[in-house]
Amino acid sequence: MLNRERGALPLLLLLAAGASLTAQEPAAGRAGRSQGRGEAAAVSGSKEDPAAVGRGAKLYQTNCAGCHGATARGGVGAPDLIRSSLVLDDEKGILIAPVLRNGRPDAGMPKPNLTEAEIGDVIAWLHVQTFAAGHRTTYAFQDVLTGDAKKGEAYFATTCGSCHSATGDLKGIGSRYDAFALQARWLQPRGGRGGGRGGRGAATASARGAVTVTVMLASGQKVSGTLDRIDDFSVSLHDASGDYHSFTREGDSPRVEVHDPLKPHTDLLAKYTDADIHNVTAYLVTLK
Amino acid sequence: MRNHRLLLVAFLALALSGAYGQGLTPAELLKPPADSWPTYNGDYSGRRFSSLTQINASNVHNLSLAWATRFTAGGGGGRGGGVQIKSTPLLVNGILYFTSPNNVWAADARTGRELWHYEYPPNTGSTIGNRGVGMYGNWLFFESPDSNLVSLDARTGKLRWKVSIADPKLDYTSTVAPVVIGNHIVTGIGGDHLDNPGFIQSRDPETGALQWKWWTTPRKGEPGMETWPDEYSSAHGTGQAWIPGTYDPELNLYIVGTGNPNPVMAEKSRKGDDLYTCSIVALNPDTGKLVWYFQPSPHDVHDWDAVETPILFDGVIDGQQRKLVAQASRNGYFFVLDRTTGKRIVGTPFIDTVNWAKGFDAKGQPIANPAKYPTTDGVLVSPSSNGATNWQAPSYDPDTGLFYVGTSRSYSMFYLTDTDDHPEGWGGLDTGVGNEGNALLAIDYRTGKAVWRHDWPSGSGIVNNLSTAGKLLFTSNGSNLIAFQAATGKILWHTGLMASPSAGPITYLLDGKQYVLVAAGDSLYAFTVNRPAP
Repeated sequence: MLNRERGALPLLLLLAAGASLTAQEPAAGRAGRSQGRGEAAAVSGSKEDPAAVGRGAKLYQTNCAGCHGATARGGVGAPDLIRSSLVLDDEKGILIAPVLRNGRPDAGMPKPNLTEAEIGDVIAWLHVQTFAAGHRTTYAFQDVLTGDAKKGEAYFATTCGSCHSATGDLKGIGSRYDAFALQARWLQPRGGRGGGRGGRGAATASARGAVTVTVMLASGQKVSGTLDRIDDFSVSLHDASGDYHSFTREGDSPRVEVHDPLKPHTDLLAKYTDADIHNVTAYLVTLK
Repeated sequence: MRNHRLLLVAFLALALSGAYGQGLTPAELLKPPADSWPTYNGDYSGRRFSSLTQINASNVHNLSLAWATRFTAGGGGGRGGGVQIKSTPLLVNGILYFTSPNNVWAADARTGRELWHYEYPPNTGSTIGNRGVGMYGNWLFFESPDSNLVSLDARTGKLRWKVSIADPKLDYTSTVAPVVIGNHIVTGIGGDHLDNPGFIQSRDPETGALQWKWWTTPRKGEPGMETWPDEYSSAHGTGQAWIPGTYDPELNLYIVGTGNPNPVMAEKSRKGDDLYTCSIVALNPDTGKLVWYFQPSPHDVHDWDAVETPILFDGVIDGQQRKLVAQASRNGYFFVLDRTTGKRIVGTPFIDTVNWAKGFDAKGQPIANPAKYPTTDGVLVSPSSNGATNWQAPSYDPDTGLFYVGTSRSYSMFYLTDTDDHPEGWGGLDTGVGNEGNALLAIDYRTGKAVWRHDWPSGSGIVNNLSTAGKLLFTSNGSNLIAFQAATGKILWHTGLMASPSAGPITYLLDGKQYVLVAAGDSLYAFTVNRPAP
């Protein structure tokens, strides 16, 4: 849920664009897993000391995981600690520390044998776990490379081949992006417009993907160029020499033709099967 | 019985009228005067339709600015630094009352001048938005980001009291404009990152004391528990009602939409329909008891809250006059129900890209296709998590019989990120991958089909609407406020503002003259048709 706000989208898109820069680093992994998320993001976001969190993780596994589960989501007879209001309400260990010092004999929880420093470490680790659950920016994408590259190649040849070439414009694309970023980018080179939560999308399209517009004036004159903006009441553009032009619109006057070279990507959304998508991604990552 | 209730409310109002002073009696909410806009939707029906005709299709081309005022917020009045007034202002006795998160203002509707400004203390709650205030007598009620119900004296902006309605450390955050029904202040909450229980509460207008609390998911022994694997998953199933509902005084039903179940995109631990999440529910506002429900998205996995305003109107179905409620739901389906029983009359997609359901169940609710549940490698779904529409106000015009709603034909890839047997929080993510267009739709409630549509060349399509008996529909696109001919979809007027309209436009009479007012970013703009000098 949370309130989806129109105003929040530009920020998300910015985040998306920012994150995809990381994804374009040549060092990005090839395994199809996203970078810059997961445990490290949660530690940094929660502002806990990474060394304490590391020690706390080991102490938790030794002392607590047997009952509360390896991921602190509860076990037989022991509650989920991520959904625990005591853990969520805790600040600086004020609520959790007494429980770790004394146990809860009446509730069947034995007293753990932990020093004060160790208690602090376990609490730091717990805070990272609740932070991670509650913050989507820490969520890590899993493996997107589940498709069949051969089928992807065949699909590419029939559907994408009229605009793209594996040895031309897409040569080496599998080296430039990790699999997740590649899947996001080929689906929508212009980035995720119109929704999408928390995930990074694709980077802005290149100049090749720029939207162009032709305005046909009553005089018969045509003015063409790169679209600056358009709504029902005005249209503006930069022509080939870089000059800016704007026109008032009233209904169909003047006549305006917008050309989006990336429109085929949008038109295909209604046609792909999920298997097509996974197959094409599996094929594109092989274009080294 | 029903008439007795109305009489009782009227009697109470009379008996207490001395105490209301310049304020608003609960009885006035049953039939709001033309020189007021006293609730979030203008009246209880949620239609956002005004019977005023002074501004109309013949003269709207002369609509011009009466005043514009910028307001300065404190305490984090909007995301990203800029103030966003996402509240629909109230107008009572010539004074406007409106909010942004942590901020409440009163302004003189004749001049736009600020009368007072209340700043709520700094806190860690989300400042994503605030829908406005509710009013009872001289008292205002608003919800703070850290989930306090705050009551102010409308005359001074001074704090009367505040009471906690939810624990912000459990990820609750509050944005709802409280709904005043008789002596009930009905509140809702938000927040869905930590699988917190969802609920609706009624509070006492004098003290803030709890009158009733309705859990949006069933507890032990209650009907609906069979739609969850166990009590634990239901208790953590969320379903927050974060948009004000509507009210039928004759049936004495508060009708409101609930949000998504939790974990949001990871459904392994909550098999079943997950009642009463993503539902339209009818509650008795005196007791908080559920009377009926209809679930637009059984077992939702795409964050499609069914909180969009359920609009109440009477209409003719198969020659019979019926009491109806209609919702254009975020999942892309338009529903019309009998509001006495909750039985579905119409159900059909309102965008043509919807691809997540395979038919309807016996109650007429869509059946989710498991092949479109989020996966680790991603599935392509329309609409995106942002929805085919969202919280932005729709409008119903009884003169045209059309339901107006802003829409988007969006797509997302939905990814499962939490593969644990006990997933938590969101458990997944979605990334927008495009949009086949944004449009304003005018839907015939009898068929669910659009009688006319206006496709926007750019900008968001999911925007707020207002219809009037002047044969007009007011809406927006980008920073333009636009008037359409309500019956045909012809644009009759527009004006460019300094920001995109951020809340629903309202209209009212002031000193016998009709105004249209809209909030856009940090400013309010009031428009009227000027008369020639005498």
